[in-house]
Amino acid sequence: MIKFLLIALLSLTAAHGQIAVKADLLFTMTGDLKPIKNAIILCGPDGTIQAVGTDIQIPEDYQILTAKVATPGIIDAHSTVGLSGILNSPKHDQEQLEKSAPIQPELRAIDAYNGRDPLVKWLRDLGVTTVHTGHAPGTLISGQLMVVKTNVPSITSMKDTLIPASAIASTIGSKALSKSPGTRSKAIAMLRAEFLKAQARSLKIEAAKNDPEKEAPDANLKLDTLVDILTKKIPLLINAHRHQDIAAALRLREEFGFDLILDGAAEAYLLLDEIKAAKIPVIVHPTMGRPFGDMENMTFTLAAQLHKAGIPFAFQSGYETYVPKTRVVHFEAAMAAAYGLPQEAALAACTINAAKILGLADKIGSLEKGKHADLALFDGDPLETTTHTTHVIINGKLVSSTAK
Amino acid sequence: MRSRNLLALALAPLIAFPLIYSSAQESPEPELKIQAFTNATIYPVSSPKIENATLLLKGDTIIAVGPSDQINIPADAQRIDATGKTIIPGLICTHSHIGSVSGADSSSPIQPEVRVLDSIDVRDTSINKARAGGITTVNLMSGSGHLLSGQTLYLKLREGNTVEDLSIKLPDGSLAYGVKMANGTNSIRDNGPFPGTRAKSAALVRQKFLEAQVYQKKRAKHLEENDLEKTFERDLALETLADILDRKRTVHHHTHRHDDILTVLRLKEEFGFKVVLHHVSEAWKVADEIAAANVPCSLIFLDSPGGKLEARDFEWRNGVELEKRGVLTALHTDDPINDSRWFLRNAAIGVRAGMSRQKSLEALTLSGAKILDLDKSVGSLEPGKQADFVLLSGDPFSIYTRILETHIEGKQVFDLEDPQDRLFAEGGYGAGHNRQATGCCFYR
Repeated sequence: MIKFLLIALLSLTAAHGQIAVKADLLFTMTGDLKPIKNAIILCGPDGTIQAVGTDIQIPEDYQILTAKVATPGIIDAHSTVGLSGILNSPKHDQEQLEKSAPIQPELRAIDAYNGRDPLVKWLRDLGVTTVHTGHAPGTLISGQLMVVKTNVPSITSMKDTLIPASAIASTIGSKALSKSPGTRSKAIAMLRAEFLKAQARSLKIEAAKNDPEKEAPDANLKLDTLVDILTKKIPLLINAHRHQDIAAALRLREEFGFDLILDGAAEAYLLLDEIKAAKIPVIVHPTMGRPFGDMENMTFTLAAQLHKAGIPFAFQSGYETYVPKTRVVHFEAAMAAAYGLPQEAALAACTINAAKILGLADKIGSLEKGKHADLALFDGDPLETTTHTTHVIINGKLVSSTAK
Repeated sequence: MRSRNLLALALAPLIAFPLIYSSAQESPEPELKIQAFTNATIYPVSSPKIENATLLLKGDTIIAVGPSDQINIPADAQRIDATGKTIIPGLICTHSHIGSVSGADSSSPIQPEVRVLDSIDVRDTSINKARAGGITTVNLMSGSGHLLSGQTLYLKLREGNTVEDLSIKLPDGSLAYGVKMANGTNSIRDNGPFPGTRAKSAALVRQKFLEAQVYQKKRAKHLEENDLEKTFERDLALETLADILDRKRTVHHHTHRHDDILTVLRLKEEFGFKVVLHHVSEAWKVADEIAAANVPCSLIFLDSPGGKLEARDFEWRNGVELEKRGVLTALHTDDPINDSRWFLRNAAIGVRAGMSRQKSLEALTLSGAKILDLDKSVGSLEPGKQADFVLLSGDPFSIYTRILETHIEGKQVFDLEDPQDRLFAEGGYGAGHNRQATGCCFYR
C-alpha cells in the first residue's frame, strides 16, 4: 500500500513538471531533415522524448510551451567554454592551454571544467544544450575534450558528462610552433616519435596480456593516453588550417591508423577529394572566424563546399583568445547558410550531424522517441540574427525562458 | 566593376571626342554621366522606405530619389534595372583598424602628434573586404593601448593609389580627422611612463589639456595679431590638443566600464571638447548620464560578453537603452574585432535586442555621418549628397541577404559578380595576401 502510494505520488509530481511543446514548425532533424508543421512533443518523466508528431493528445497536467520554431537542443561540436572563462584572466579562469610541454594528452577536461562560468549560461540561454569542450588548439597535443550538457554546474562524477574523455586535441600549424617545435617538420617529427613510443608500449601491453611471464609496463599517463588513441578508444582531433598541415594530418593517420577528426580546416576546400577518400569528418572553423595567420585564406563557403562534396561536417564555436570570448555555434551555422549552405544542412551541422561525429547520435541531436528531451524554441527562423531563443529544455526540464 | 565599367570604357571614345571638340570652342562643364537605378526597394534613411523606387545620379552626386513613376529619367541616362534589389546608403564605420593602420608607439601614453595618415596601406586587402561589406566611409583609428594614441583619419573607400586619394578635405583645406583616446585597462600598464591606475590616467590627461589651454591662448593671440615679424613655435602635440579645445577636432574615446564612461563625461565638462563614446560596453548602466551630457555613442555588438574584465557586463540592450533616451548612436566594426563584411549583421543584433529598424539603419549610416560631421555630404540618399550606396539582395537585417554592389561617388567599387571582388567578399585561396604576387612566375 505504501509502495503504491509512493509510486502514485512520484508519477504525480513528475507529471506536474512535464513539458509539452507545440511548435508551428518542428525540425526533428530526422529523415530528409524537412521540418513538420503544427507538431507536438511530449517530454517524458525520465527526461527523454515520450512522443513526437502532429496527432498527439497533450495530457492535462503538462506545462505547454508554444513556439514558432523548435529544434533539437543545439550542439557545439568544439568549444573551450567552461575552461576559457569570461574574464580572460590567466591563472584565474583560463584553463584551456598549458604550454609547459608541447605534448600533454594526459590533461583531462573534467579536472578543469567550470559549468558555472557565465559564458556557459550565455550559450544555454541561446539554445546550446550540449558542448564538446576542453583543451584549446595551440600546442602539438594540448589535452582532452569532454562532452557535457550546459546545465551541469560541476563535474562531481563521470556520470555528469556525456563522454568524460571524448577526443584528444592536437594542433598542426603555426599556432603549435614555439621555441621547440620551431618548424612544421620538427612538429611532425616530434608527434611521430611519441606515437612510435606508444606503438611499442601498446605491443608490450598486449604481449603481457597474453603471456603471464611478461611484465606489463608501469603506468604512464601520457603514453597510456596515446595508446588509447592508437587503439581507437579515443579519436585524435587535429586542428589544421593550411592545406599542407591538413595533408600532414592525413599522413599521420595513414601511418598510425587512429580515428581522426579534422578541426578548423580553413583550406580544406583545396583537398576535398583527399578528405573524402580518407572518410574523416570535419569540424569546420567558425564561419565568422578571423582571416589571419593560418586562416588567412579561409572562406565563408567552406561548409557549403563540404556539403556539396558529401563530407560529414559539424560547426564549432572554436576558441577565442580575446573578444568575443565565446562564439555561438548556430550563429556560425547561420552565416554559412548565407553563403550557399542549405538551411536544413546548416541546422543539421549543429544538431544531428554534430551528434554523429561525437558518437552520440543515439542520445542527442534529433527529436525522436526515447532520445534526450533537449530542445531549443525560437520565435522565428533559428538562423536569422533577429530571431530570439524563447525557451531551452534539457532532459525534459525548462532551463531558460529569457527570450534572448 | 565588371561589365558596366567595360561598357563605359567602350563608349568612352564616343563621348570623349565631342567633349574635346566642344571644349576647344568654349569650355563648358564636362558632361557628367547620369545613372538611374530603377525599380528597387530604397531606404533613403532620412525618409521612409520606398518600394519600386529609382535612384538617379549625375556624376558623383544624387540628383533624385523617389517612386519610379515620379522620377523623370533623362533620355541619355544609363538605366540599371534593380528589380528585386534593395538600395541603402553606403555604410559608415565610425571605428575601424583596416589598412594596416598604426599610431602611437608605446614610448609614452599621450602622443597627439602621431598621425595614422602616415601608416595607412590603401592596398591592404582589408580595405577591399570593407568595400565588399558595403562600407564607403570609415574613421581609421589607432588602438586603445594609449591614453591618446594619435590623430585618426576619415576616409572614403574610393579606389586610389595614395591615402590622399581616399581622404576627405574640409572647407579649410585640411583633412578630416579626429583624435583617438582611451581609458580603462587597455591604457593602464605595469611600467611608467604609462599610468598604473585609473586616477593616474585621468590626471595625466588633465595635465596635458591644461598645458594645451595655455598653448591654445598663445596660438589664438598670434593669429589675432597677424604679425608676420613674430614667429610662433609650433608644438605638434599641443597643436592637436588645442584643435580639440577649439572644437575643431572630435575626440573618439574608447571606454567600457560605467565609471570610465563617467570619467570621459567629466573631462568633456572640464575642457568642453567634442567627444564620442566608443564601445561603451556598460552604456546600459549610465544611459541617463550619457543622455544628460548630450554625448553621442558609437557601439559595437559582440556575440558574447567578456574576453576582458571590462567587457564582462556588456549587453546587447545598450543600443535600445540609448535609443529610448534619444542618444545619437552609431555602430562600428572595430575591424578586426568584427569583420567589416558583417557590419549589417551587427545592426541586426541591435534589432534583436529591441532597437527599431529605422534607428538601426541610421546607426549604420546617417548617425555615423553626423558623428563624423560628414552628414552634409553622406549618410543618406538625398538629392545633393554624394552618391554612396549599396545594392543588397534583400532585407538589410536578414542573414541571408548578400551585398551585391558598393558604389562611392557614383563609381562602382565592389561587384559580387567580379571574380576578384568575390574572392574578397567570400574569402578563398589568395584572399588573405596583402600583396598577391602576379606575373609569370608566381602562379601556383
